[in-house]
This record gives sequence, structure tokens and C-alpha cells, in this order.
Amino acid sequence: MPGLEDLYREIILDHYRSPRNRGELPTPPAIMAEGHNPLCGDEITVYLQVDEGRVTDVKISGQGCSISQSSASMMTQAVIGKTVPEVRAIVRRFKGMMSIEDGDGDASADDTAVSLGDLEALQGVVKFPVRIKCATLAWNTLLQALDESA
Amino acid sequence: MSGHTLDRATIAADFPFLTRRIDGERVVYLDSANSSQKPRQVIDAMSSFAATSYAPINRSAYRMAAEATEAYEGARAKVARFINAPSADEVVFTKNATESLNLVAGSWGRANLRAGDVVVLTHMEHHANIVPWHQLAAERGIELRWIPLTPTGELDLTDLPRLLDGAKALSFTAMSNVLGTITPVAHLCRAAHDAGALAVVDACQYVPHNVTDVQAWDADLVAFSSHKMLGPTGIGVLWGRAELLDAMPPFLGGGNMISDVRLDGFTCAPVPAKFEAGTPPIIEAIGLGAAIDYLESFGMAEVRRHEAELTRYALDTLTERFGDDLTIHGPRNVEIRGGVLSFAFRDLHPHDVSQVLDERNVCVRAGHHCAKPLMRVLGVGATARASFYVYNDTADVDALADALDSATDIFGF
Repeated sequence: MPGLEDLYREIILDHYRSPRNRGELPTPPAIMAEGHNPLCGDEITVYLQVDEGRVTDVKISGQGCSISQSSASMMTQAVIGKTVPEVRAIVRRFKGMMSIEDGDGDASADDTAVSLGDLEALQGVVKFPVRIKCATLAWNTLLQALDESA
Repeated sequence: MSGHTLDRATIAADFPFLTRRIDGERVVYLDSANSSQKPRQVIDAMSSFAATSYAPINRSAYRMAAEATEAYEGARAKVARFINAPSADEVVFTKNATESLNLVAGSWGRANLRAGDVVVLTHMEHHANIVPWHQLAAERGIELRWIPLTPTGELDLTDLPRLLDGAKALSFTAMSNVLGTITPVAHLCRAAHDAGALAVVDACQYVPHNVTDVQAWDADLVAFSSHKMLGPTGIGVLWGRAELLDAMPPFLGGGNMISDVRLDGFTCAPVPAKFEAGTPPIIEAIGLGAAIDYLESFGMAEVRRHEAELTRYALDTLTERFGDDLTIHGPRNVEIRGGVLSFAFRDLHPHDVSQVLDERNVCVRAGHHCAKPLMRVLGVGATARASFYVYNDTADVDALADALDSATDIFGF
């Protein structure tokens, strides 16, 4: 059985204790999307600001476990400043790391070149399948917001 | 019919799951309010019936079929006796308690409720006793009223007469699956009847752990599940007063529930067949009957005594070891509390608590427990919940407390 140290890496606990980019953005101009994990009741709200095809700000509010909160926090750092296609590539890469491939376009070979940085710390989650939904909650909610911004 | 004292040393051999090892260590199963483990007696009864006695029921003249029908109806008689129903014909087998409650709303509700009619529920209901009524509200505009809670997690009955004024039904839990609160069922049934309302009881958490007497309650309809009372999944019960069930229209249509089908219509079979369309869960009924036999070997008063004692030990132990770091929801008085403990530990999310406990093979539920309105009343998104049954003892409570200690190390308090 995988050990808890695979799950609760120090960088994850750091983002859990001190989440980055928490708060709200005025809507409009920002887009808001809400995500729920129906299994555990976790709720997350993603505020997305896109200017001229580039994600200029993201804020997160809501509540959840250490995995969902830290994943959301690291996600904001990974996507702010990126173009929308770059953000979609990061989302695909992250969900790929979570063993999820969905129909959000074809995973291009370029995706493997996308660096996940701190987010790599979350790959231990795959060994705890029940928690994958926690890790991907913010990402799916971000996708909803991206779709609305299109 | 009782006799044995509940004690894990003497019943351990009955529960094969107690031999399960993960990472070489035993499993501490504290999730019985979710679904219970099964004793060998239930597993063997189902296996033996499926192996050499299985046949469809109610349809064929051969002896195997007659025997199977007799066994299935025998299980129904055991259920009736177990809850002190006046007649086995008042016991309807369903898929689970959720289906039983959907049957009540879908059959009785559709036949009797119109726009503006009032159904009273409580803030501590499981989604199974909320959503079917919401569906009726959306479909035909019935009004839902809610009995609130006291700060200690009991029903606040201060406004009961006003809430019940003009109501057509009061549908409520006999024991909360989150708070453990045992509600005053007989009192609520009387209050409903005084107001001219039907009394519907969600007894899913109550029946597995207490002496149940539907006549002493003077209830009208009572729902519960097999899988929470040592029996298999796939079968539940709706008990109802005969004249009420007789007057209710069928819920699902198909085979077994008819006495005649013509090109221009159909005639229903008498209850309980009227509500058992299609081939029923036959093997599961045999299992449920065996579960009742097993529980009756102790007697439900002994089951209740064992769990009340364990609950008191858990409340005392957890409070003593963790003080204000651990918040237990629901009443402290074990006279009105079953073996269900929902708790918050420091500011850890219940998912993380459950994950850390699992490292020590301690199985608890984390989440909203299918009671999101109650979570909102409590002001939390989720809780961790430990729940007890016949196979748990004080060593399991100690294991829970020790595992909680280890959460401190990981999250660095």
C-alpha cells in the first residue's frame, strides 16, 4: 500500500496551509464558475480573468480538503499569465497525470513538454483513486470558466 | 429468544471480515451506519439457498418453486415479527429504504396530494426522505415545512402544532444517520394523527439497532434497509397499515403485481404483491431472514445495550483524549443517541481525517452523509463519522483515538 507521505508532500501541505490567490474577482469582467464534488460536498468557485486571449488573473474561493485546496492553489500559479491554449494544455497535462483523458481536444504531443512545476507533487494522488476527484475539482471548474470565456 | 451477551470474543468467529488483514493488521470497521458487515450465518444461508434451493417464486407448480416461495414468504414473516407488524401481508419488499420512501411519495403522495398540500419533514433527514418530496413539490406544487433542530441536535418541537396545522403527512427519521439522535417516534406519530396527517417513519438507522414495534409507535408507513442490519444489499422493506396499502395505487407495473391484465387495462394483485413488480430479490430475502435470526439470537434490547455502552465509552474517551480539539455533533445523552458519532477534528477536513485513519486501517465515512441540508444547519461542508454495530468493541474506539493522534504528526500541529 502506498504511504501517506506519497500523498501529503510538504509542498502540498504548504499550499493547503497558505493557499495562494484566494478571493474573488468582480464579475464581469471576470467569469465565475462553481464546482461541486457530490461525493464529499466540497465546493469551489473559480474566478477567471481573460484579457486578449491571456489569463491575467485567477482567484479561488470555497472549501475543501487539503488535496482539493492545494491543487487549486497550485493551479492558479501555473495558469496566471498563460495564453488560453497554453492553459488548456496545462489542464490536459494535469488531468493526464491524474490518469484522466477526456474529450477536450486531442492531447497533442506538445502537452508532454508542458512543465507542471510544483504540481508534480500531486502525482502521488493517483495511488489513492478516491482522491483524484479532489485533485481535479478546481481544474474541471477552470475548464467550465474557460468554456464560458470562449 | 435472546440469551447471548454481545461480546466480540464470543461472536468474532461469526464475522469473516474480522480475519481480514491489510498490511498485516486487522481492520477497524466503523462505517456500519453506511452499510454493515455480514455474519457467516447470512453468507451461508444465501450461498446454500443459491446453490441447491434456488427457484423462481409464485409462478410454478414444481416442488423447488414451492419451496422457494415458502422460504421467501418465511422471510417476510420474520420481518413482520421483528418489527411487531400485525400481519406479514403488510410487509412489502423493495430494493432498499430509498425505494421504500420513493414508493410512499410516488404512490401515496401522487394519489393524495395536490397543489398547496403540506408535507412536514425535519432538518435531519437523509436525502432519501427529502428528494422524493422535492420531486412532488416540483410536479404538483406541494408545500414542504421543516422541523428545526435544537443546539444539541434534537428535534425542536416548540412549533410542532403550527407546522403540522393542515399538514397531510409528517415524514421523519427515527434516528439521524449523522447526529445519532433518536427521535420521539411515538410522540411524533400521535402529533401527526392529531393534526390529521399521515405518519411516515424513515427507520433505516433505527431498526438495525433497537427493538422496533410499529404498533407501539402507531406509525402508518415505515421504511428500512437490509444491508444496514447484517443482511445483504438489494432488499429493503416498506411496512404499512393494511388499509392504507390497500388504498394506495401500485408504484411499479409489471409481472407479479397483477391479478389480471387485459387489452383495456389491468387489475392489481392484493398487497404485498401489488408493490412487488417483477422478480423480487429472492436470495436477498433469505439473507435478510438469516440476519434477523442472528440478531434475535441476542435480542435487540441486548444490541441496543451493547451499542449504548460503546457510544458512552466513545464519547468519554474522545472527549478525554482530545478535549476541544474534537467536536462531536449531536446529543451527549446516550439515552437518545445511537452509535453514530459525527465529528470535526481540529481544522482538518474530514477527507484528510479519513485518509489518515485509513493508514491505520480505521474505516470511517467522510462527507455529507446524504444530508446536505443538515450539513448547512451545522455550518459545515462535511463531517467524519464513526458508527458502531454488534461486532465493534472498546478496542475499536481506542484504535480510532490512536489513529487520530497520528493525524497530528502528519499535519504538524
